[in-house]
Amino acid sequence: MAIKAKTLKHLFLILFTVLLATNAFAFSSVDEEEKKGSLKEEIKAYIQHHLKDSHDFYLGSYKDGDKKKYIGYIGLPVILWDNGLHFFSSAKFKHGKAVVQKGESFYKLYHGKIYKTDVAGTINYDAEKHPTNEKPLDLSMTKSVMTMLYTALLMFFLFRSLARSYAKNGNVAAGIGRFFEPIILYVRDDIAIPNIGEKHYGRYMSFLLTVFFFIWFLNLLGLTPLGINVTGNIAVTFGLALITFLLTNLTANKNYWAHIFWMPGVPVLMKIALMPIELLGVIIKPFSLLIRLYANMQAGHIVLMSLIGLMFIFNNWIGSSLSFVLSFAISIIELLVAALQAYIFTMLSALYFGFAVEEHHDEAH
Amino acid sequence: MEKLLGEFSFGLFIWQTVIVVALILLLRKFAWKPILTTINDREQGIRSAMKAAEDARQEMANLQSDNERILKEARAERESLLKEARELRQKMIDDAKGEAKVQAEQLITQAKEAIENEKQVAITSLKNEVADLSLQIAETLTKEQLSSDKKQTVLVQKLLKDVNLRG
Repeated sequence: MAIKAKTLKHLFLILFTVLLATNAFAFSSVDEEEKKGSLKEEIKAYIQHHLKDSHDFYLGSYKDGDKKKYIGYIGLPVILWDNGLHFFSSAKFKHGKAVVQKGESFYKLYHGKIYKTDVAGTINYDAEKHPTNEKPLDLSMTKSVMTMLYTALLMFFLFRSLARSYAKNGNVAAGIGRFFEPIILYVRDDIAIPNIGEKHYGRYMSFLLTVFFFIWFLNLLGLTPLGINVTGNIAVTFGLALITFLLTNLTANKNYWAHIFWMPGVPVLMKIALMPIELLGVIIKPFSLLIRLYANMQAGHIVLMSLIGLMFIFNNWIGSSLSFVLSFAISIIELLVAALQAYIFTMLSALYFGFAVEEHHDEAH
Repeated sequence: MEKLLGEFSFGLFIWQTVIVVALILLLRKFAWKPILTTINDREQGIRSAMKAAEDARQEMANLQSDNERILKEARAERESLLKEARELRQKMIDDAKGEAKVQAEQLITQAKEAIENEKQVAITSLKNEVADLSLQIAETLTKEQLSSDKKQTVLVQKLLKDVNLRG
């Protein structure tokens, strides 16, 4: 019986966790209170760890005495740029216990980040307990990168097969494409055309469709027990919003810039006053996109994991089953949120594109 | 905010951007363009098919109204033909009747004339017969009467009397 109450599994199926909760009940002992405190800390650390990107991938972990054991561990490629390219598997870090030597340099994994150290792997701290060691440029294929690659491949083959099925099947979608074709139509008819207009929407369709399905699929993958949180990562949402920002401003017409720098139809003083506000708006619009997606997915993961963690903290039938019901309900809501956030990101991107290509009209303002 | 920036991973951002941009470009070429083109074509096809159906329906309606019109015309023509025929028949009957009447009248007149003629002839011959008979009677009588003078005188007187009466 290696798997006991104090060992917290890394989110298998919810059913699985219920089984574990019964285990926990069976093995509760006298020093329960003491354990509970450490359990809370452990859950908190676990959630924190889960929310971050990781250099390696595993399905779950448990404690075997003092050792931490991993289930389904896969080392991912580490790519470092530090006076030359270094390339090795993340398994060499041994979860932060080992120092990796490449050429003259030594690297150590510490709290999910790679630091340059000496032979012994010493980490120096500043007053706030932050490491002061030098960090190499980390271009590793992390868990999030691998998930995105996997999603990209999935999308590529999925939609290419849909495109091909048309040719084979007399312009009628076949197989899984039947499910996705209405969604593509929805993006076109209810997101792109109303916001951008019949004349210009075609230019943005590739971006809108790709981003919609990309975010949706990644959100859904985040709900699987694989422990992936890609769209809840600020770097990812920043990258997505940046593309929206660039596309908006690079394809904008004269009318759009006139509305920013010299608002038509208002007095000159107002024009000057509006200029910085409008200019700020250019940045704020995509910024709101990146924060919204990040915060929603992050919050969803925190709530869901906390509720599942509660099952272990309650450690009794009533509390744990209540937490189970709650987490189950939240899971269903998160399913909706996954699609909703993809929709909102796409919708707002389309809206911004619409501003950028809006034709001049006299009667307004 | 500091925590957010601390969480920001430059490597992940680079990878993310590369993957998404590559995905957009690849999908545009291999998926979105063909899919959207096909969908557009299909919609166009449906629209034109619907229009064709509508046109055909219109055509049918036109044909039907044409048919009705033709039928109506035919019916009217038949009516008029029948009417004409009826009129013709009546006229023929009337004509025939008139002619027959005329002919009958003619025949009657002819017959009357013939009868008159025959009558005249008959009267004439009868007169002649009567005259002849009278003469014969007269001759016989004269021969007998004239056998005596007295008798002759009486007879002559009587005859004269008769002649005067008749005259």
